Amino acid sequence: MSRITLTVNGRARVVDADPSTPLLYILRDNLGLNGPKFGCGLSQCGACTVILDGRTVRSCGIPVSAMQNRNITTLEGLGSSTQPNYLQKAFIEEQAAQCGYCVNGMIMAAKALLDKNENPTDYEIKEALNRNLCRCGTHLRIVRAVKRAAREKVGTGRI
Amino acid sequence: MKNNSISRRQFVKGATGLIVGFNLFGSHLLGQTIGQFGSAGGFPQPSELDSWLMVGSNGIVTVYTSKVDLGTGVLTALSQVMAEELNVSFDRIHMITGDTAQTIDQSQTSGSRTLHKAGPQLRQAAAAGKQQLLKLASAHLEVAAEKLTVNDGVVSVIGNPSRNVSYWKLRGGKRFNVTITATGTGPLLEVAPEVPAKNPKDYKIVGTPVPRVDLPAKFTGEFTYSQDVRIPGMLHGRVIRPLEVISQLISVDESSIKDIPGGVKLVREDRFVGVVATTEWSAIQAAKALKVKWSVPDPKLPANRDDLYAYLKNTKTFKDQVVANRGNLESAFSQATKTFEATYHWPFQMHGMIGPSCAVADVRGDQATIWTGSQGTHRTRKAVADLLGVPERNVRIVYAEGSGCYGRLCADDVAEDAALMSRSVGKAVRVQWMREEEHAWEPKGTAQLMTVRAGVDAEGNITAWDFMDRYFPYTAAPGYPLLASMQAGLKSNGPGFPGNGYDYGTTAGGDLYAFENQRVVCPVIPWIQNELSPLRTCNLRAPGAVGRAFASESFIDEVASNLRVDPVQFRLKSPRNEKRTTEILLTSAKKAGWIERVSPAPPANGSKITGRGVAMSDRDGAIVAAVAEVEVDKSNGKVKVNRITVAHDCGLIANPDGLKNQIEGNVVQGVSRTLLEEVQFDELGMKNVDWNSYSTIRFQDIPEVEIVLIEHPELGFLGAGEASIIPVPAAIANAVFDAVGVRVRDVPLTPERVLSALQSQPLNQGV
Repeated sequence: MSRITLTVNGRARVVDADPSTPLLYILRDNLGLNGPKFGCGLSQCGACTVILDGRTVRSCGIPVSAMQNRNITTLEGLGSSTQPNYLQKAFIEEQAAQCGYCVNGMIMAAKALLDKNENPTDYEIKEALNRNLCRCGTHLRIVRAVKRAAREKVGTGRI
Repeated sequence: MKNNSISRRQFVKGATGLIVGFNLFGSHLLGQTIGQFGSAGGFPQPSELDSWLMVGSNGIVTVYTSKVDLGTGVLTALSQVMAEELNVSFDRIHMITGDTAQTIDQSQTSGSRTLHKAGPQLRQAAAAGKQQLLKLASAHLEVAAEKLTVNDGVVSVIGNPSRNVSYWKLRGGKRFNVTITATGTGPLLEVAPEVPAKNPKDYKIVGTPVPRVDLPAKFTGEFTYSQDVRIPGMLHGRVIRPLEVISQLISVDESSIKDIPGGVKLVREDRFVGVVATTEWSAIQAAKALKVKWSVPDPKLPANRDDLYAYLKNTKTFKDQVVANRGNLESAFSQATKTFEATYHWPFQMHGMIGPSCAVADVRGDQATIWTGSQGTHRTRKAVADLLGVPERNVRIVYAEGSGCYGRLCADDVAEDAALMSRSVGKAVRVQWMREEEHAWEPKGTAQLMTVRAGVDAEGNITAWDFMDRYFPYTAAPGYPLLASMQAGLKSNGPGFPGNGYDYGTTAGGDLYAFENQRVVCPVIPWIQNELSPLRTCNLRAPGAVGRAFASESFIDEVASNLRVDPVQFRLKSPRNEKRTTEILLTSAKKAGWIERVSPAPPANGSKITGRGVAMSDRDGAIVAAVAEVEVDKSNGKVKVNRITVAHDCGLIANPDGLKNQIEGNVVQGVSRTLLEEVQFDELGMKNVDWNSYSTIRFQDIPEVEIVLIEHPELGFLGAGEASIIPVPAAIANAVFDAVGVRVRDVPLTPERVLSALQSQPLNQGV
């Protein structure tokens, strides 16, 4: 067991854990952050996506030991159901989920995209989300939500 | 009034917190009062109004149903039905779903039957509730009930709105203690049929695109899925289950996990092996490291695709299901001017749920509480009670939504896994399957071998139709023994051909058309592997109908092309339900910009050729037509679906946006299953145990989807969970034929198969 300090959603958190533990289980089981989901443990589906220092990563595939003093953003870091951020709002407006199990990865991948590219084309959105699987077939709504979010973001200047 | 209003969002948040909250007080409420019910073991009775709904003093109406939301949004739609019938605003409805201690068994959530069957049950309970409330209001206001009106739960005298009383004042927090009529069980349960319900033309909430109640919390990480349920002191378990036919367990080497931290404990009951640890990661590592020796399995399965279809073709059926048999088929064939025959193959396919199955079990002594995403918590209760050897009333299954479910998945199996482990260690245990177990052990949709023959007269009418679909029965049907029970030696796997009605359905084999001489038969072929095999079968979205429609609607197109008739016009010649099928076909064609002509299209230059195809279906009265527009790359055989246009008629519509969401999902899943999906197997089981070897469609390949909703309120709810996937594969195959003039009769339409057809079939192009 090791004591590891990581910054999650802007807050320093200290956990006692086996350093080989993938970040996903630390976020979910130690920190109670249920946004990131276990989908495959193989970095194939994207349900566990978080943003690490500005880039999306699959939290099921990286050990917590590598997180010392790194900045991690999870879905919870974007907003809450009473105060959703612009992306979450756009997903609500477009009703862009069915079961919603994959949607954490969709929103986080979209955030990383929009942080870099304020006005992505449909092609760029699909490219950015192409490694994320959705079995309910909500892809079209997700693309519409990301486009709406981009419009909102440009319109309001919000980050 | 305003003081009493609780916003839907606040309430849902409260509801999701409930799961965890109630655990803080100990999960064993079985001996205490639960919800609106009395003493221990007192299950709700359908003939008691209080079993269905309770008016709270806070202005919230709580509704109890065994139907659950599998991610489709049906909870929102059912809430609309209840709000509508009770004349309260939508925000006042709170649903308790799938909790065996609190809900009546209205049968599992499946088969597009939730709105179709449970909708009227709940609506009538609401109508009976409103009738009682009006009776109470009548006495309170001293005015005849006929002279009262209700607006958002406030009953007032017509013409004198200041004389009023609210539902919550009349009955807030108190039981009705009223008996209502209730006969039959499950989908056939009839509730208070004598109570008049609203006329659909007066609906104000049903039929509107109310936003889904569950989504805001799902977009922020606040929603509690079954995977997110936690109990203080809970341990983590993992199962050690081979990814192939389960043979006899020879030995388990406990020393192989002695160095893994986290207080790892081994759980073994006969052939069931699991590990429990304080952290999830310890359990995962231990499950991976544990050395388990199994005997060499005795495979009896077909070893490959060719063997499989040969087996389906040559094995004697144990049950012939004759769907249609009219006229004199052989005489019609002998008199036919032209005859046609073709064989189609549908593969084993997966549900491919994104979130592996998960359950939390808390077994203490002879009592158990389990949270899981089961489609039918009442049947899971029975399974777990049998497994633990306790009475059913000692087991409480609480529904917690899992990830999307498109047929019988493993939320039941994992509930047993968790129960065995919790009993063994005496603490609550959370078990989630790993990806390879989910891929391997989820029951598959069966492979199908379909042969069709047709005879046509001189006028170009089909006069003889002979359709046969040979497939395997459900070997993992809802209610059958679950994996842990069988591995623990408590239940046997059975002979593999149960023949109790759980089969892969019989519709969509051309029964949509009324041909004069017609036979549609679905023979069920016995499954020969008695040991537990990952190639176990069960219902997968629109069971069997997707494959049968692929065959029958492709074949109709083949005949139409040969007779040089436009595919839409040809279908219009012989529909069974003329008005609705004509309407649906013409609507889809119009929306898609269909131009009347014969398929295939005239030859085009270049390597990427476009084509269009149509198909239609009828699922329990919900009828759908789909037009697919594809692009086929002749150089490599790759098919890209550009657009699918769907006309959809499921009778009465509860929520048009929710319905469109379902249709989009059905179409996308249909495209994925048509172009990409096939379980690879050998004699021991399946080979695809991750997303690289069995993948589903990705963003870059998603077509545009155009939808036209046709509403027939007078028909009531007909179900929309799976109707619109049915015509998709045939529409695509027909479009491929239209583009390049070759017919692919095997799903999936992989580039290799299309290329091979291009190279081997005589081109029909430009005939």
